[in-house]
Amino acid sequence: MAKSYKEWEQPLIDLEENIAKLRERARREIDPSKRIAIENLAVEYETRANHYIEVMYARLSPWEKVLVARADKRPYTQDYISGCFSDFLPLAGDRRCADDQAILGGVAKLNGKGVIVLGHQKGRNIQERQVRNFGYARPEGYRKATRLFEIAERFKMPVVTFVDTPGADAGVEAESRGISEAIAASMLKMFELTVPSVSVIIGEGGSGGAIGIACSSKVLILEHAIYSVIAPEGCASILWRAADRGADAAKALRLTAQSALEFGLVDGIIDEPKGGAHRDPIEAATSVREAIISALAGFEGKSGAEIKAERYAKFRAMGIFGE
Amino acid sequence: MQKKPPTDAFLQCDGCKKTLFRNDFEQNLRVCPNCGKHHRLSARTRIEWTFDEGSFVEMDENLHSVDPLAFPDYAEKYGQAQAKTSEKDSMICGTAKLQGKTVAIAVSDFSFMGGSMGAVAGEKVARTLERAAEMGVPAIVFCASGGARMQEGLLSLMQMAKTTATVERCREAGVPYIAVFTDPTMAGVLASYASVADVILAEPKAMVGFAGLRVSKQAGVGKVPDDFQMAEYGVAHGMIDRIVHRKELPAVLTLLVETMGAGK
Ligand SMILES: [Zn+2]
Repeated sequence: MAKSYKEWEQPLIDLEENIAKLRERARREIDPSKRIAIENLAVEYETRANHYIEVMYARLSPWEKVLVARADKRPYTQDYISGCFSDFLPLAGDRRCADDQAILGGVAKLNGKGVIVLGHQKGRNIQERQVRNFGYARPEGYRKATRLFEIAERFKMPVVTFVDTPGADAGVEAESRGISEAIAASMLKMFELTVPSVSVIIGEGGSGGAIGIACSSKVLILEHAIYSVIAPEGCASILWRAADRGADAAKALRLTAQSALEFGLVDGIIDEPKGGAHRDPIEAATSVREAIISALAGFEGKSGAEIKAERYAKFRAMGIFGE
Repeated sequence: MQKKPPTDAFLQCDGCKKTLFRNDFEQNLRVCPNCGKHHRLSARTRIEWTFDEGSFVEMDENLHSVDPLAFPDYAEKYGQAQAKTSEKDSMICGTAKLQGKTVAIAVSDFSFMGGSMGAVAGEKVARTLERAAEMGVPAIVFCASGGARMQEGLLSLMQMAKTTATVERCREAGVPYIAVFTDPTMAGVLASYASVADVILAEPKAMVGFAGLRVSKQAGVGKVPDDFQMAEYGVAHGMIDRIVHRKELPAVLTLLVETMGAGK
């Protein structure tokens, strides 16, 4: 069992490095027959790499999905915002005490029309990760989201949220400023909206931190994203006192996009480019943009009361039990 | 090893370790006369001690989990919890009366799988809040839970959304919704319907927090205060309205129902 995405993807990385080296060697080779031979070898390796990607991604295990969903190469909220919208203007602050940069949000245009867009933002390098708190949003983040939802409601703007968090910040500071209340209030505000809302789970849909901004009219999830009540390692350490049994927990928790759809807890899956969203972020953003536009189009002509009632009915029906 | 009290007539308080007479302890509503610790109650005892005698009408009592994920060992643990508690799941709901006034209630039982919220507990909270809105009566929910029930996977996470959505129903109907945090009120329960009640009461020293203390320590760089994640800490940080001693609870709830529920 690979422990990280890097470890899991290493054979592919090695192959790709070899291909690059061969191409370089071919470029420098003077003897034409030798050059052709090297080029042929590169093509063969490329076919192998393509095949490898296909096989790897055709049937990712739940744990492999966890690794892919967490991969630091994956496009983040910022990438989808710039790929899906024009004229994004970030807005900041919870008007209480701070601005949490683990949640990025503001106004933007979609097909020329104003929308409110926000989402968890992870960082690409060490400094950025610290600024973004590794995507663990604090109370101020959820209160900023609540504020933006209020703006959306007041000015009748559709809402789009991107979900990508390991979970909400569970530290002492977050607790002291009411992280639980901030999440609950954000959810409640989403249920009050009479404008349509769309959430897209783009990477990690981690427990309360995720659902805090995912109570939308339509909830979509990327093909290799995950959505879970608890991190698999956390689940394994509680149930079996073995955090290293994350793979078993990932399987048991049914945290894949496909399971979420099967249980009717998301409204649709957005296909990713071959080999995952990170192999073609532009294509990924294009698919996401189309999915958002088509989801919002479904609400045209509906009254605010209908939109709100539909959202309520959808979430109200979630839960399987006997009676 | 802790020393066991010599007979059933005695017990040891796990708050202060003092040996207590069981009779005194019961008379005192299972609040330690020495240290004031409010020991946990079963949901049925809670109902009996809080609401008008014989006024509780149980509803939705047949709801039970069907282990939708076929999660490892869940069915077995669930069966054991049912056998141990004689309850179907971790939440009991229905209507009851406070000084003759009808209220819709849901009461969590921590002894049933840590009061965890799966589809059944979520559904019962949702039905209780909807019932309150429909009947035009106040809703009172007693929380006692470690959080979402992970054995039901994403379905249990969605109970956070579902229960929170129904809070909106109470607000629209103009009926008060009162939550009482008892030991412990944590994680997915705290971060959903519990924290958006109109009024939040808590029992003294009840543990109230988003994550377990170990997780909070790992996540935070700050010093952990002595009263961290206690109800009193919640009051100090503006998250809880009042700490109420168990014996005062019926009177405080009645006053809230009489004042806030007066419009109905
Ligand atoms: Zn004591």
